[in-house]
Amino acid sequence: MTYIAKPKLRHPAIPVNKLGYTHRDYEGSVSTLCAGCGHDSISFAIIQACFELNIEPHRVAKLSGIGCSSKTPDYLLGQSHGFNSVHGRMPSVLTGANLANRDLLYLGISGDGDSASIGLGQFVHCVRRGVNMVYITENNGVYGLTKGQFSATADKGSKSKAGGFNADSPLDLVSMALMVGATFVGRSFSGDKQQMVPLIMAAMSHPGPAFIDIVSPCVAFNNHAGSTKAYDFVRDHNEAVNRLDIMEPREAIKVEYAPGTTEEVALHDGSTLRLAKLAADYDPFDKIGAMNYLQSRAAAGELVTGLIYMDSSPKDMHANLNTVAAPLNRLSEKELCPGSKGLDSFNASHR
Amino acid sequence: MPQVKSVNDFVVKFANVNGSGSASANEMFARSILRMGVPVASRNIFPSNIQGLPTWYEVRVSGKGWLGRRGGVDLMVAMNPQTWDKDIASIDPGGYLFYDSSRPVPLSKFRDDINVIRMPLTEISNATYKDPRQRQLFKNIIYVGALAQLLGIDLTVLEKLIGEQYKGKDALIAPNQQALRMGHDYARDNLADVCGLRIEKADAVGDRIFVSGNDAAGLGCVYGGATVAAWYPITPSTSVAEAFAQHCRKYRMDAETKQNKYAIVQSEDEISAIGTVIGAGWNGARAFTATSGPGISLMQEFLGLAYFAEIPAVIIDVQRGGPSTGMPTRTQQADLMICAYASHGDTKHVLMLPEDPRELFEFCAQSFDLAERLQTPVFVLEDLDIGMNDWLCQPFTWDDSKVYDRGKLMTAEELETGKTFGRYLDVDGDAIPYRTLPGTHPTKGAFFTRGTSRDRFAKYSEEGPVYQDNMQRLLRKFETAKSLVPAPVIEHASKKAKHGLIYFGSSAPAVREAMATLAEEGVQLDTMRLRAFPFPESVADFINAHDQVFLVEQNRDAQMRSLLVNECGIDPARFISILHFDGTPITARFIIAAISERLSLTSREAAE
Repeated sequence: MTYIAKPKLRHPAIPVNKLGYTHRDYEGSVSTLCAGCGHDSISFAIIQACFELNIEPHRVAKLSGIGCSSKTPDYLLGQSHGFNSVHGRMPSVLTGANLANRDLLYLGISGDGDSASIGLGQFVHCVRRGVNMVYITENNGVYGLTKGQFSATADKGSKSKAGGFNADSPLDLVSMALMVGATFVGRSFSGDKQQMVPLIMAAMSHPGPAFIDIVSPCVAFNNHAGSTKAYDFVRDHNEAVNRLDIMEPREAIKVEYAPGTTEEVALHDGSTLRLAKLAADYDPFDKIGAMNYLQSRAAAGELVTGLIYMDSSPKDMHANLNTVAAPLNRLSEKELCPGSKGLDSFNASHR
Repeated sequence: MPQVKSVNDFVVKFANVNGSGSASANEMFARSILRMGVPVASRNIFPSNIQGLPTWYEVRVSGKGWLGRRGGVDLMVAMNPQTWDKDIASIDPGGYLFYDSSRPVPLSKFRDDINVIRMPLTEISNATYKDPRQRQLFKNIIYVGALAQLLGIDLTVLEKLIGEQYKGKDALIAPNQQALRMGHDYARDNLADVCGLRIEKADAVGDRIFVSGNDAAGLGCVYGGATVAAWYPITPSTSVAEAFAQHCRKYRMDAETKQNKYAIVQSEDEISAIGTVIGAGWNGARAFTATSGPGISLMQEFLGLAYFAEIPAVIIDVQRGGPSTGMPTRTQQADLMICAYASHGDTKHVLMLPEDPRELFEFCAQSFDLAERLQTPVFVLEDLDIGMNDWLCQPFTWDDSKVYDRGKLMTAEELETGKTFGRYLDVDGDAIPYRTLPGTHPTKGAFFTRGTSRDRFAKYSEEGPVYQDNMQRLLRKFETAKSLVPAPVIEHASKKAKHGLIYFGSSAPAVREAMATLAEEGVQLDTMRLRAFPFPESVADFINAHDQVFLVEQNRDAQMRSLLVNECGIDPARFISILHFDGTPITARFIIAAISERLSLTSREAAE
């Protein structure tokens, strides 16, 4: 947790978005994570995505659990309410917050310890329920704050910095999210901003449970040879299946990708997603195909990144519960209390 | 053979097999007595089971209106061979055994000091009905008809109840009424003058209603403005969530859009349930969960977060027998300590202690005001006895001029005028800070909610003085709570009493009956019914005004005594505990015996 506020100085020529906000308006406190931590790149990508999408910062609620990743909501969107809850339980808190006010954008930031170990149950059930959110795991395969123990996403055979060997099978949160009903699933790498930003933007435009797993190397405890979550290893084994490009509300972000077939998809907020296929036969709208592809590439030792799956017409928890359009937290006794008249019939039926 | 003779004052107990359809027949029997104007107290004694295990239904008929469990049995309706021996043994001498004599029972299986009423229920039912399920279900109605004749219950009252019960399923009315009459006629023709127990029409029920606590709790949450409920199924609290859902379907659907002004989540466990409640409360919705002891155990970490981060939440705890899985279908008041001091570190929580379904309805509604005013978890502590049994209580009322107290919520307008916002800043001297909801203002009032230590402006801090400042304020906030929670109800004896008696929750009817009985014998006690924690000043004053105070609790460890000793700084020796914790509801007989024994001991000591 930081207690250092960023100075509010800004360059006069700094770009502004449609709302008149600059980047600085989307920043938070100064990060206290280690220099070079992948998580800071992800925070920056989130800031960039919100700026590009012209999101009003105060219309975002950012929630997290406990751990290095869960500290990061403090380092972005300083004008948003944040909630650093308890270890592994952010999903349930986010679920309640979303039920109370369906009008905000819910950003859940978690890590592999938080979501794959202590909070695995909450993670899958929150996704299952179709909570409209952007759920990001900053996945580094280790517990950073407690100094380098393996997490549940550490690959079998990984070596720890202290020389330990991981004999346990890893959990893949992407496969799990697909299996339990996430309607937007992506994976990225904190070293690849060009992939991360449009992916986060697309997730934020998605009105359903959106999950992005971002491999984010821990420079202090898991960036050595023998680790499958190290910068070098991920760069060598990253297999991006597509490149994204969000057009509108601003002009397209320049994305550099090798030419391939492209596909355009209308997003729910009116913008368009342009998808450049890098793996020619990969279809991110085919869930079963995506699941198969993930498993076969994982068996080959590759890390599939990009937009892995998207359901173009998702349904969220509020639709399932048939709740009113107005946020529940705005209803007063006038709308909620049946009054003495309601009791007359109740009393009469209990005599 | 001696015969218990009594009008409007006796206990009927039904011994049945779980899943045999006896519950609705037995309940109809109880309601028919109420319709005769005679008060009843009914209690289910049931196993953790769906089908096959023994279950009992006890109806205490009390013209005087005593609603606690009495103890003892005057008329046993023995329909379960599995429990025969135990059931026969439980009948008071001179009492009655009514049983299905279709199959012979060896003489050695009876007692010679009870009156036996034989009726071939199975034979009668089987002769009339062919379908096995019908044979079973109508057998229950047949015995209700017979009992009506034996006890003098007006048959038209029962016929009317059948009509109401099967309204909309009209095809079932005639066959049920036929079965009822069959039983009635058999008893009239074959069992004349065998029973000395009578129901006589009276006017002692008035406009009271017969309702279960969990139904009342669900309704109270609707009235209190709860819009989010998150829960995990657990006996005996499940029916709170079910009742809330049922009342919401009736009262909370938007007439035009047919959309719901509520959201109910059946969570994956109790941890998730309380997390969802806290998330909703943080975001300004009134939210609750309903659970029982094991759920409270699981919720501990989150409860500490809600206390420390100051987030409103309502937890309805329907207490059952602990520890561990304990006695899941039996009643206790044994979650006081775990709720009052829930979670690690220094915490204190608000508890509300309703005495019956009516007060439970009120407390549930009020708990949301308290939770938002105090920005903290509020526990409504009921128990299985209140929750899962129908209680005769005053009709529910509501003041239509009532406006929800949303507590100290700083608005966008207030922020705009430049009002200082410090999330944990005590502006008004009551130690309750202001909060903002997410999305309130584009540039002002946002803050970071955390379970870690922070300063008055919600900035992270591990500085000792900053931490202490916050913890001391939380303590002062708890002082403020004393003036907001329901005050105790104190009743003074007609003459000055040396002894006082403290009670709370579902012990209330048994205590009232015990006090009346003791008063008739010249034993006078002042009484105080606790209705909430923290304790207002009047609680310590009451205790200090008496030499010694009896303290009635339904747990082993005298948990309320611990709270009183701890919070009011009272010498433990001042308390004489009366502890009932076998899982059955406490009785007046038990309380009277405990007080009499103690007082005679005291007077003997005084004489020596």
